[in-house]
Amino acid sequence: MRNLSAMIRGIAVGASLLASTAAQADEQYFPLQSYRVGPYAAGGTGFFGGFIDYLNLVNIRDGGVNGVKLTWDECETQYEVERGVECYERQKGHRPGASAWNPLSVGIAYAMIDRITADKVPLITINHGRTDSTDGRVFPYVFPLLLNPYSETSGIITYIGTKVGGIDKLKGKKIAVLYHGSPYGKETIPIYDLLAQKFGFEVQQIEVPHPGNEQQAQWLTIRRYHPDYVVLRGWGVMNPVALKTAQKTGFPVDHIIGNVWSNSEEDATPAGDAAKGYVAITTQASGAEYPVLQEIVKTVYGSGKGNLDDKKRIGSVYHNLGIVNGILNVEAIRVAQEKFGHRTLTGEEVRWGFENLHLDEARVAALGAKGLFHSIHVTCANHEGEGRVTFQQWDGAKWTVVSDWIAPDWALLRPIIEKSSASYAAEKGITPRDCGN
Amino acid sequence: MMEELRFLIEVLVGGLLSGVMYSLVAIGFVLIYKTSGVLNFAQGSMILFAALTVVSLLERGVPMALAIAVSLVGMIVIGMAIERTVLRPLVNRTPITLFMATLGVSYVIEGAAQLLWGAQVHGLDLGIDDSPLEIQGVLVSSFDLVAAAIAATMVAVLSAFFRLTRTGLAFRAVADDPFAALAVGLRLPAIWATVWATSGIVALVAGLLWGARLGVQFSLSMVVLKALPVLVLGGFDSVAGAIVGGLAIGAAEKLSEVYLGPLVGGGIESWFAYAVALAFLLIRPTGLFGRKPVERV
Amino acid sequence: MTALRFLVLVTALAAGLPLVYSGSYLYDAILTPFLALSLAALGLNLLTGYAGQVSLGSSAFMAIGAYSAYNLTLRIPGLPLVAILLASGGITAAIGLVFGLPSLRLRGFYLAVSTLAAQFFVQWALNKFGWFSHDSASGVISAPALQAFGFRFESPVARYDLSLAVVVLLTALAFRLSRSQTGLNLIAIRDHETAARVIGVSVVKTKLLAFLISSFLIGVAGVLWSFAYLRTIEPNGFTLDRSFQILFIIIIGGVATIRGAFIGAAFMVLLPLGLSNLGAALLPKSFDSGVLEMSLKVVQGSLIVLFLIVEPNGLAALGQRLWRRALPVRSGSKPDAQPFAPPLPETLNGEI
Repeated sequence: MRNLSAMIRGIAVGASLLASTAAQADEQYFPLQSYRVGPYAAGGTGFFGGFIDYLNLVNIRDGGVNGVKLTWDECETQYEVERGVECYERQKGHRPGASAWNPLSVGIAYAMIDRITADKVPLITINHGRTDSTDGRVFPYVFPLLLNPYSETSGIITYIGTKVGGIDKLKGKKIAVLYHGSPYGKETIPIYDLLAQKFGFEVQQIEVPHPGNEQQAQWLTIRRYHPDYVVLRGWGVMNPVALKTAQKTGFPVDHIIGNVWSNSEEDATPAGDAAKGYVAITTQASGAEYPVLQEIVKTVYGSGKGNLDDKKRIGSVYHNLGIVNGILNVEAIRVAQEKFGHRTLTGEEVRWGFENLHLDEARVAALGAKGLFHSIHVTCANHEGEGRVTFQQWDGAKWTVVSDWIAPDWALLRPIIEKSSASYAAEKGITPRDCGN
Repeated sequence: MMEELRFLIEVLVGGLLSGVMYSLVAIGFVLIYKTSGVLNFAQGSMILFAALTVVSLLERGVPMALAIAVSLVGMIVIGMAIERTVLRPLVNRTPITLFMATLGVSYVIEGAAQLLWGAQVHGLDLGIDDSPLEIQGVLVSSFDLVAAAIAATMVAVLSAFFRLTRTGLAFRAVADDPFAALAVGLRLPAIWATVWATSGIVALVAGLLWGARLGVQFSLSMVVLKALPVLVLGGFDSVAGAIVGGLAIGAAEKLSEVYLGPLVGGGIESWFAYAVALAFLLIRPTGLFGRKPVERV
Repeated sequence: MTALRFLVLVTALAAGLPLVYSGSYLYDAILTPFLALSLAALGLNLLTGYAGQVSLGSSAFMAIGAYSAYNLTLRIPGLPLVAILLASGGITAAIGLVFGLPSLRLRGFYLAVSTLAAQFFVQWALNKFGWFSHDSASGVISAPALQAFGFRFESPVARYDLSLAVVVLLTALAFRLSRSQTGLNLIAIRDHETAARVIGVSVVKTKLLAFLISSFLIGVAGVLWSFAYLRTIEPNGFTLDRSFQILFIIIIGGVATIRGAFIGAAFMVLLPLGLSNLGAALLPKSFDSGVLEMSLKVVQGSLIVLFLIVEPNGLAALGQRLWRRALPVRSGSKPDAQPFAPPLPETLNGEI
């Protein structure tokens, strides 16, 4: 059976090699370690759907990036690490090689860091991933674009500050953080403590064991604690259950602020009425009214190549995240092409493109994404790119933006990030790059 | 201190009501185990399938009553199909083989449910309002009260069924001694088919209530992991035990999470119920209401 | 062919494979996880197949092995590889012994449920106490490379060779055990515990020994899984689903046989890979990978049910029947133990 599988793979690779050598145009290949089944399927189908939609848009509308077509294939991971690793091993043999990896999974991203560094292909972990990989000096190939968990925390606290009348008015307030019982959930505990110290508020961290079907005890504890705000750091089913249990225990839902993995339609809809008024952070606004979305609907869905089965999901949080991710990947290639030539680029060249990805508000508007996301400014030392966040409120049917674009307090967070990346470098025997300028 | 006492009662009541929800799931297990000695691990995926069917039909515009009816028929068919194709061929095997078979069946049902209806998350609105009630200053969830009432009704109906109807008596006869039942002329296959069908109905009720509580998606089938400690405590073959066990587990879990949890950083709910069940077992190896096995060498 | 000669032949073939084929996919994605899972299945088989003590918590013990190895490597630098493996296995064995104590009083499903307690508790503890993961902010640890005598096992072939060596050695030991008096004692306890006690088998010692040895093997399997294969360690990788996976392996492969663990692991590792590779190659790109995955789940479940109905002693017995039919009968060959003989009528109401 071993041989059969290898043989079949061999035939498949051989066939694709033949096919690719027969092709005329250059291509830029994106391997997609997607997840369309399993508990997190809703996020996966939305995100990868949006990514593919944008790639299709660039191919159809522009003929690719300066004539270089964008190609991709999918490998189902079910959000499991070993499937992600197996997909990596399978897809990396593709010729031409991968431009960038976009797994949308913390576990899989971690498992890949050593491999992609050895293979010299960038790893894009938009809105997630290792916080300390923001430090591009230690992680040259990893790009946690737009937001990392620490920035997200800072953004949330700043927003709560605006709600109570100023960040100085946070003093003496009580904030409860309801977190998913996993490493992801626990990751921001130190930052909340840091910010609590700085601004003088009280914080209590309450754990919800995975998967979060039962939260009675936690919300009764919250009730006893009488916090002013609850931050929901959830994942999957924990989110709607949290909202429903909050209603059950009488906590006002508009004082619940969701983090970036508790901010989608799929998190709010199952909670029904209990979710009306819920606020959540996001790096990209929802809705299909932005020019780039309109174009996707017209061009991509119009020609029957739309990736989402359910057209009502166009413009949803995960779909738009996928589209923004597509924009960032494509622009990185564009930037790299200006330096290296309008041809198929290697992973190393695409990496350079990401490291020099500067999209200011004007450029974002030119791309048709004004209001969709704010801007990004990646540098050698800062692979996060100083992405800004905004907050949306759920009205029972859709999300509406209820705040300006907020900038997290990067200056405060940078020293902690550097300390962590330095210890990683020491552990692994890596010499941090010198970013010069 | 009144504040503290009030809070304690709140946690206790919340826990008891949660426990009733666990019992709902456990009762489905008990039905099948009582009459055929099989621990049906597929109960969780049956709950998922039932809830998904109802929700998907509702979203396609089918009225609630019809959706439930269709799902009911579906569950009965599935239940009987499992009995016929999986369990009847395995009728002489060891209990662990049967358990493994139901594990395989649970994979089949989970996969089929998602193939058929997709992997999206759905909300389920049963029209039961969930605003909190304040009784003497103690917070009680109105949804949980309604669920408890439904569960109680179901238990009453089942108990009456077992005690008063011929089929119910036949169930008990088969549970007591299959060979004697055979000797007396009871048709085991028909009885087993009926039991599985009934269990399917119980799965539907549990699916609707849990689905309304959590939303209908993949992890709904994991409620079965909460039911196992209940079964351990109450005995695998007793409906009354399932209720008592459920209440005990629900209360213990919530109280421990609130009062013991902070001592170790929280999150102990995931294993505390199992620890309680284990501790209990070491004192009474066959549960509260279970029967002691008699062995001959 | 005796079992020893068979083992030597297979080992030689497996060790020689890298000389003819060096593509990393085969080793990184197929053979190394196969070896790790086989070892875990071997451990579980000793406990559940031979000794009849049902355990649903095997992945928790893999986790203990993995985290022990991580902490040993990190906190005692310079500890030799063999010591790391032995110590990780030893720690897992000790903890397995503690969680095996309920087996002295509980049987059947009740025991299975108590092993679930182990599963959930271990998962929680590893998650909760940052010490285990060296206070890593996100709890996902990158496993450092294993090294022996200055050589770092980093390439796919190197990690494969290491796994192969460990698995072959432990399999040989397990095989000797299964043929010894202890092995017979295990089977005696599974078949009829009271009778075994009557004829003088020390039930307490045998049961605890079963847990001890089984946990040791599973712990080492966990080290291989995390260090040789995935190279990350996180609590999420050792869930109930994996415990079920290992249980499926021994059911499909064949309980109470040594080769059953390998056959079952090959089946469980290769089936999804083979089908999804085939699907990716043959089906058009627009086909939803999700549909393929769910179909896979249905197929897996159906196969498990089918096997239990048609061939309860698993692929090992199936293979043996075909083998026997192909070769002339040899004198002196030992018949395999009969694991799933139907129970005696008296026990229908009694033993669970």
